[in-house]
Amino acid sequence: MDVRAELTEFLSGATGDRIGPDEDYFAKGLVNSLFALELVTFVERRFGLAVEVEDLDLDHFRTINRLTDFVRMKTAA
Amino acid sequence: MELDPAEAALWDLSGGFPVHVVKQLASHDWLGGTPLALGEFCAEVGAVCSSLRGLVTVQAMVSAALSRWGTAAQRSHWLPRLAAGEEIAGFAATEANAGTDLSAVATTIEAGPDGLTVSGEKRWVTCGGIATLLLVLGVLDGKPATVLVETDRAAVHLDPVQDQLGMRAAHIAHVRLDQVRVPRENLVAPPGFGLSHVVATALDHGRFTVAWGCVGMAEACLRDAAEHATTRLQAGIPLSDHQLVRSMLARAAVDTDNARLSCIAAAQSRLDGAPNAIARTVMAKYTASRAAAAVSADAVQILGSAGIAPDSRAGRFYRDAKVMQIIEGADQVSELHIADHVLREHRRRT
Repeated sequence: MDVRAELTEFLSGATGDRIGPDEDYFAKGLVNSLFALELVTFVERRFGLAVEVEDLDLDHFRTINRLTDFVRMKTAA
Repeated sequence: MELDPAEAALWDLSGGFPVHVVKQLASHDWLGGTPLALGEFCAEVGAVCSSLRGLVTVQAMVSAALSRWGTAAQRSHWLPRLAAGEEIAGFAATEANAGTDLSAVATTIEAGPDGLTVSGEKRWVTCGGIATLLLVLGVLDGKPATVLVETDRAAVHLDPVQDQLGMRAAHIAHVRLDQVRVPRENLVAPPGFGLSHVVATALDHGRFTVAWGCVGMAEACLRDAAEHATTRLQAGIPLSDHQLVRSMLARAAVDTDNARLSCIAAAQSRLDGAPNAIARTVMAKYTASRAAAAVSADAVQILGSAGIAPDSRAGRFYRDAKVMQIIEGADQVSELHIADHVLREHRRRT
């Protein structure tokens, strides 16, 4: 499974923009107020993992590359 | 569930439901079941008393936020007490200058060596007058953060709101927190996630339960209107023999049914953990609050003078339904979110 490609497709669909791998979509204001939670739900369901309060670190979520690393770390564990 | 609409009318007039009803609600498995079961429960309570459904909503909102983003210690301490009705929750996010845009909250949470200090003025807290536990949105080190504040702590001031348009029995209060000290372990999720995750989770549950409450309101209004239309005679003819009255009943039935179907679809998406569950829930809340407003207005019209009497359920719901179109995302804000969702799905397909 190509985690990065799947996240890129989801993020690009959500923002209406081609999101670069290191682009901070939160800082750029590309998403609405419901998005953060939708992203958590998508990642949990698509990759079969649970995002817990201990995982809440903006560094995990704000770019495609960071989120890819987070998903790989969680699914390897 | 034994709830009497006549009693609810008295609560509306006297400014509050009695606190012992909370234990009565909690004797049902009100917070622990499937989304559909929670929804049906809200419809059942909402059909009798919107204000009491408001209590279910807030209790479910705070429980959901803690269940999702609380630590193991927070979950094991608070969730059973909330489910048992031993603790009554309040959700303190709105401020004078922060409504739809909650990122504008001015409440401060300061971290010191021996805990946190919370200061701010919160408005329109449902159940604020009887709450024992508040989930408060503030700003810590410049980041949105959420903190639990027990209302028996010093410097928590509750100021009941009276005679507002609707939800008159919901113990709505403004809350002033004047340098309230709470332990560090009352912080819910790390600073930076208070709004986007904790409050967002609570509001998502709020929209879901409000939506179902509105289904109950619309269904009750439709029943009351049909009952009156068949029993009220004028010039020897029941109102239901008039085509114009039948037309109103038909439109009310379609609105009510659509609201229920939209809520069932949202419940299924939530059960599935689908990413579109949040958008589906916004759509359900939008559909159902508009249905409650339209059906209650027509029910009052059909009921005539009985609809504007102080003990009229339809009249009470007519006032409450307007509130439903404003709280947990005003209709116009919901439309923006729904349109976002439509455009996103369109991009995904093309």
